[in-house]
Amino acid sequence: MNPDLIETGTAEAAPCDGSRRRFLSRLTMGLGAIAGALVAVPCVGFLLGLRKVPSAWRTVGKIEEFQIGGTVKVSFRDPSPLPWAGVTARTAAWLRRNSQTEFVAFAVDCTHLGCPVRWLAAANLFMCPCHGGVYYANGTVAAGPPPRPLPRYPVRIQGDQVQILTSPVPITT
Amino acid sequence: MQILKSIWGWFDDLTGVSSWLIPLAKHPVPHARRSAWFYVLGSATLFVFILQVVTGIALASGYVASAGEAYHTLAFISSTRFGSIVRGIHAFGASAMVILIGIHAIRVYLFGAYKYPRQIGWLTGVALLFLTLGMAFTGQLLRWDQTGFWTVVIAAYQAGRTPLVGSWLGHFILAGDTAGGATLSRFFALHVFFIPAFIFFFIGFHLYLVVQNGISEPPKAGRPVEPKTYRKWYEDLLHRDGIPFWPDAAWRDMVFGFLVIAVIVGLAITIGPPALGKPPDPTIIQASPRPDWYFLWYYALLTLIPRWSESYVIILGPLLLIVVLILLPFVAYKGERSPFKRPWAFAVVAFIVFMIAYFGMLGHVAPWSPRMNAPPLPASVVGVASGPIADGAIVFHDKGCEFCHAISGYGGIRGPDLTYAGDRITPEQMETRIYSGAANMPSYNGNITRQQLSDLLAFLSSRRRGPAAALPVSSSSQ
Ligand code: FES
Repeated sequence: MNPDLIETGTAEAAPCDGSRRRFLSRLTMGLGAIAGALVAVPCVGFLLGLRKVPSAWRTVGKIEEFQIGGTVKVSFRDPSPLPWAGVTARTAAWLRRNSQTEFVAFAVDCTHLGCPVRWLAAANLFMCPCHGGVYYANGTVAAGPPPRPLPRYPVRIQGDQVQILTSPVPITT
Repeated sequence: MQILKSIWGWFDDLTGVSSWLIPLAKHPVPHARRSAWFYVLGSATLFVFILQVVTGIALASGYVASAGEAYHTLAFISSTRFGSIVRGIHAFGASAMVILIGIHAIRVYLFGAYKYPRQIGWLTGVALLFLTLGMAFTGQLLRWDQTGFWTVVIAAYQAGRTPLVGSWLGHFILAGDTAGGATLSRFFALHVFFIPAFIFFFIGFHLYLVVQNGISEPPKAGRPVEPKTYRKWYEDLLHRDGIPFWPDAAWRDMVFGFLVIAVIVGLAITIGPPALGKPPDPTIIQASPRPDWYFLWYYALLTLIPRWSESYVIILGPLLLIVVLILLPFVAYKGERSPFKRPWAFAVVAFIVFMIAYFGMLGHVAPWSPRMNAPPLPASVVGVASGPIADGAIVFHDKGCEFCHAISGYGGIRGPDLTYAGDRITPEQMETRIYSGAANMPSYNGNITRQQLSDLLAFLSSRRRGPAAALPVSSSSQ
């Protein structure tokens, strides 16, 4: 670019060109910003749009499969998994049968930082491998860092089937 | 040869490449003399970044970013001969990049090279440091084995500690209500497009600033930076004592960069890539997620701070670090550059290195994690094959005591070692503790039968020093 050309341009400019140039540069930048926004809004919108999954009752087994007083791992599939979710569409829960008709289902996610807790049948405790959080059989905190009891899933009995209501990962502030 | 020359001449005439490339390559830089080898760290980081881009592209051509398939594609890549080497290079390259950018930052800090007029250079470097850590984090996760999967979940829970928006933020990381199909694709896009785009931008800006402001001269005690006169003084220095960057300084960059790359490739060939864990199936409960080494120290730190402060440290800790790093070049923009005149700079660096090494080591051992795979105590440790003591040893394992308390080297180290429990505490004290529990120990009240308790106490009381421990005649209590 030859600076002389620009110089000449300025020199020849009529007085009204100052406002014309200001208008043109604003127009240029403004159009750029609008074009950017036109592209950014749908992109950001897509990224911020988190997938809401409707809750659904999932059968995890027949009533008689579960012993009274026992806690076992059950697993179920997300209500509407994405077709490519593969094994990640599965969720595990700890199901405890308290009586003939009463079942409790606990999330496996430790309330401390979300590691999967394990059930120690002989000790009657849940234990977290990450920082040694311990929960009693009813899900209340027995020891270690967890701030809250294990979250529960709603359970119901439908005919001779035990069903769990799926829920989002229980992240709480 | 003549032909090549004339082609180049034609190309150069039309593009003018050499008219800016040659001055750029030959621009004068300070003669660093004995400090010259300190100046190779930034370029080595850049070389490793290029290495990561190249191996990353190679890996991406075999990787399917789908929550259901990624694990299998990674297993496939690792099963091929060169694929496994490429994965190894990418993994060791990631470590090298974190290490090099860290040492480079330390070097710049110690040399006071962030002072006028290089403040923005420092800030772009800080951006690159955090972007690199972002790459390290997302990269470990793309392995998408069990640890990769739970890392996302744990990250989401950590983000969940943010006040007000925590729950949303946590689910934003998961890309929905649960960790599933949508989660991995996002981290793939982050790792492969989003963060690298920013890295490219900041590297360009960083290098531009290096040329624009000149490479900092080695500091000298008693020669403070005075913003008013510095540029002029620096010009004179280059004039007086400068050497052309190419080849007088560049050869060192190349030698060191070559060594780094040779070591990385060598490690990739001899040691290979990190092993794939179990598949990312959330119903496989047998998982003990651990971060890769770059975040191990942070993970350990979070575990060891007092529990009430956890939520603050998780969120405010990294924020504070960023703020300090950003403020540094504004607060300390002039004055002495030499670390010998800024002895606290050595202290700061020593503190950071110690923290990372010490907590990293702790994180590696993870004394706070129960050893949930500890086997029942062998007869050689128990000392007897039957009777209350032997039964007590089984109770000790089955009730989970052993996962936290070690005996003769078996078991966890979260709680006190009980190898010589019988010497230290009476059965009555043991019983109280077992019934009442403690902050990190569950109460076994209602969770243990009379018989089990008396066996357990017999066993624990038999844990004594000396020959008595080997052949206890009978339980000393109950
Ligand atoms: S995640 Fe369970 S104790 Fe920390």
